Amino acid sequence: MSIFKDARHLFRFVGIFVLMFIVFLIVRHFIVPKSFGEYGHYRGAAMGEIAAHPIHFAGHQACETCHVDVQDVKKNGKHAHVNCEACHGPLAKHAEDPASVTPTKPDTATLCVRCHAASVARPKNFPQVQAEEHSTGLPCETCHQPHSPAMTAGGAK
Amino acid sequence: MKITRRQMLILLPAAAVAWEHVLAGTPEASPNYTMSEHWWSMLIDIPKCIGCGNCVRACQEENDVPNGFFRTWVERYHVSDEDMTNPVVISPDGGKEGFPPVAKEDEGKYFFVPKLCNHCADSPCTQVCPVGATFIAPDGVVLVDQKYCLGCAYCVQACPYGCRYIHPQKEVADKCTLCYHRITKGLTTACCEACPTGARQLVDLKNPNDPIHEFLRTHAVQILKPQMATGAKVFYNELDGSVR
Repeated sequence: MSIFKDARHLFRFVGIFVLMFIVFLIVRHFIVPKSFGEYGHYRGAAMGEIAAHPIHFAGHQACETCHVDVQDVKKNGKHAHVNCEACHGPLAKHAEDPASVTPTKPDTATLCVRCHAASVARPKNFPQVQAEEHSTGLPCETCHQPHSPAMTAGGAK
Repeated sequence: MKITRRQMLILLPAAAVAWEHVLAGTPEASPNYTMSEHWWSMLIDIPKCIGCGNCVRACQEENDVPNGFFRTWVERYHVSDEDMTNPVVISPDGGKEGFPPVAKEDEGKYFFVPKLCNHCADSPCTQVCPVGATFIAPDGVVLVDQKYCLGCAYCVQACPYGCRYIHPQKEVADKCTLCYHRITKGLTTACCEACPTGARQLVDLKNPNDPIHEFLRTHAVQILKPQMATGAKVFYNELDGSVR
């Protein structure tokens, strides 16, 4: 084995290299998360974690399980397809625990104009009013029932 | 505290077991949801948008989006008759509190354009991530793994639609998740739930009964920046040519 006679320093070098590679594999095994690469070049468990975030909007299906009376008023009116939380805000906590979390009633004087204040940028066929001229500062619910807003004799019930 | 060799040998496997548990992450939160059965996107019906800002408020409340940052926002376009190629676009506070009134004598055309992450099928933002912290989920939603993100902001630069930002407290990339925590539970997104006119609709392209298929066949639908070949999946009905 004369050709390896003066090559012992090279063997030491290869030995160190192999050792470092094994250390790398061990470290890599511990620091790469378990689900990495499950679906692609990312942590598969991330989707479950994002899906586990709490919801704030309960969804109109949840509202309709209890508020059938409001649903009956809404269904024939112009607001039939406006979801409850579009005006009442996020109420998942109320849906979970209706007794202790009670929502505050929105103020129609500020709520309705968000959508119905006249603006040339809004679609022409969308009902719009100049609030000052239209109601002289009275809240909208004086004349309109918000759940079914067409003008009815006697105004809001 | 002194640890003997014997104690050390007992402690090491215990620590290894604990670390495995940490790495495993939280379990899948929606047991009845199969990712491969969905391909999510959204339809924006421009003629129905009234610029009320409900979607922007709903998104911020649902996702705890910090003030001054937006996962969705509404822009108001003003295209004048003389200069069609240079529309004036405003979005004060994302359109959250509405828009300033328009002077009556202003000529030209006004309309609203809600924007959000396009959940691109060939997304530029996921391609530039150096660590695999952002990705297209098997159901077509572009997500950020905020535990893995370094906050390098390559993806923020890569997104041609400006839909990403660095979260000021978490210091990682943040963006629209298409309300992943809601759609995996069978709910619609917060913006769609709060939209009073149905201008925004969640769409599942893999669901053969979704009305989107009929809608796409019968309407003039566009996506934003088609020339960039991002495979954007947010469909805009009757979008004006001046919108970028």
